[in-house]
Amino acid sequence: MTTPVPGSSVGWTEEIGRARLHVVSGKGGTGKTTVAAALGLALARGGRRVLLAEVEGRQGIAQIFDTEPLPYAEKRIASAPDGGELHAVHVDAEAALLDFLDMFYNLGFAGRTLRRMGAIEFATTLAPGLRDVLFTGKLMECVRRVDSHGRPAFDAVVLDAPPTGRVVKFLDVTKALSDLAKTGPIRGHADKVVKLVHSQDTVVHLVTLLEEMPVRETLDAVAELDGADLRPGAVIVNRVRPPRLPAPAIATAASGQVDAARMRDELTAAGLELDEMTLDGLVTETMEHAVRMQAEHTAREQLAEADLPALELPELTGGVDTGALYELADLLTEQGAR
Amino acid sequence: MSGPERLHVDDLLDDQDTGVVVCCGSGGVGKTTSAAALALRAAERGRQTVVLTIDPARRLAQALGLRELGNHPKRVRIAGWEPKGELWAMMLDMRRTFDDMVQAHAGPERAEQLLANPFYQTISTSFSGTQEYMAMEKLGQLVATGEWDLIIVDTPPSRSALDFLDAPQRLSAALDSRLLRMLSAPARASGRGIRKLVGTGFNLFAKAISTILGGQLLADASVFMQAFDSMFGGFRERATKTAELLRSPGTRFLVVASPEPDALREAGYFVDRLDGERMPLAGLVVNRTHPVLARKLTASRALAVAENIQNPQRDGDASVAGAVLRLHADRVEQSAREQRLLARFTRAHPVVAIAEVPALARDVHDLDGLREVGEHLCHP
Repeated sequence: MTTPVPGSSVGWTEEIGRARLHVVSGKGGTGKTTVAAALGLALARGGRRVLLAEVEGRQGIAQIFDTEPLPYAEKRIASAPDGGELHAVHVDAEAALLDFLDMFYNLGFAGRTLRRMGAIEFATTLAPGLRDVLFTGKLMECVRRVDSHGRPAFDAVVLDAPPTGRVVKFLDVTKALSDLAKTGPIRGHADKVVKLVHSQDTVVHLVTLLEEMPVRETLDAVAELDGADLRPGAVIVNRVRPPRLPAPAIATAASGQVDAARMRDELTAAGLELDEMTLDGLVTETMEHAVRMQAEHTAREQLAEADLPALELPELTGGVDTGALYELADLLTEQGAR
Repeated sequence: MSGPERLHVDDLLDDQDTGVVVCCGSGGVGKTTSAAALALRAAERGRQTVVLTIDPARRLAQALGLRELGNHPKRVRIAGWEPKGELWAMMLDMRRTFDDMVQAHAGPERAEQLLANPFYQTISTSFSGTQEYMAMEKLGQLVATGEWDLIIVDTPPSRSALDFLDAPQRLSAALDSRLLRMLSAPARASGRGIRKLVGTGFNLFAKAISTILGGQLLADASVFMQAFDSMFGGFRERATKTAELLRSPGTRFLVVASPEPDALREAGYFVDRLDGERMPLAGLVVNRTHPVLARKLTASRALAVAENIQNPQRDGDASVAGAVLRLHADRVEQSAREQRLLARFTRAHPVVAIAEVPALARDVHDLDGLREVGEHLCHP
């Protein structure tokens, strides 16, 4: 079912397996919410507790699990195979800011008044970096939280992160901070976030399709992550279609040389009589398929330049429902995700 | 069963009353390509066209002769290509648009003061709505020149298609905010009244906010606001003008989507929103569909026959008949799924006209590719 990216043999390294915060990013339209959800299920397998988080999204997680919109409070959303638990949370800036202020100032119900006045929206608008600091701060809290026995509350946190174009800015709290206070409570808070995202506990996975633009964005993102001293994790190639044509036939077909007469003979021999129009249609479909296969091959070669562990997920022609998520999670597990 | 109405794109482009076409939709659905393809086609059909792109792929930008951010339209000239009309293209430089806006409206001295203000530098580069805002500002400027009779606008890549409608309002609301005035000029009398109203909660909040944001930022904001306010009569007014432009009779919206649940859901939100705002929707463009070409052959029949085909080696190369039948079955299944999704969209939005653009086997990054997209848009 899956064809490994040439040049990379390992699907999931031990280093990635040790990470606690799995940030899942990718170009818009590559299916990163689906992949994040499947990864959450895969990591929860075998009795582990995993938190799946999204920040100010359009409630993509709730839609994919077919449940009501997620609140700010964490809630159990699915069971993983072999007794694991997947929890989910929707982090919004307003709740996170009130949370944060509560830690340092006893705002009490005045918080509600401020919310009504739009004060929170206003504060986060004034200092754009503040939003990201609040989000990452909340995630850090989830990663670091321990239960009454001193064990981590979650074995892993999977974040459905902003797209590749914005993910480094989102995680690079140090930069956001330069616009904010140099001292004070948020400084200390943010320093801890900086430590977490730049540590071995955090990896950034990149979801891509085998198409030119997503691959280019993936490679750009890897360079950007390296530059910001953040750890790229795995490249997850999504929606891979099965290669139907045998390899030697691809180049021929892609250049437009489909032997229609021979195809007709073989089909007739197999008991399928086709009219001219249908046969023409099949020939064009075959050419288009071959051209796409060639483009996918090029995309794979380019991805190999990133020299990252790679996993592949197939195109689900039936669409993605909750059942399909488990199927994808199983495939991730088979390729080593744990 | 009655399907959706077909969107007649050529009619839209040929209609001399169409002055502005706004392409919107969620990220990754091919908005920029659609905008460029429409502009090319309009120019070939005789219109003086300019396309305002936001963040085009490098090779597409090169194809349009946009090697760097110019922030002013450049005529697209390609050897051997002689359209009946003209095609101009530009890439938005949001910082320069903002700077130009300040320079055009403030005296030289005041402009300099504003441009150097740290708060200005923050909002002109990193406020989440600035790009959307400046795209609309630039659109207003292009309309005002009267040099083009058709302007095609691509909208910024955002998480949600609605961001671009909301951002100008959000930015202007933030800057016009009474809260900002209160925080930045705490001694002002108008502030005191509200403070009393909100009580101690506000004082705590003000303290917290200035701790978090820093007193300097608020002071910069205050200076910025005073300079800005007297110049433009407030951001809000400009945002209102933008909204008026979008509502004016010559403006049409094209919602762009791919045949995926997320993109179509966003498209649905957008259609409802345009309706609520009384902004004229031309229709929905669905990019990258996979229509079945050999329509008479069902997937099940193809698969059944494929099972019976051995793979004989003849003249050294493998038979492809079995593979062809299987890839055909894949395509039938994919197409059926796409049509189900589109049918669902049409049930919820029955009056929206739709144009489908099949997935091209190769990425689009030259004139021929754009022309092919344009052909598909107009002739299914």
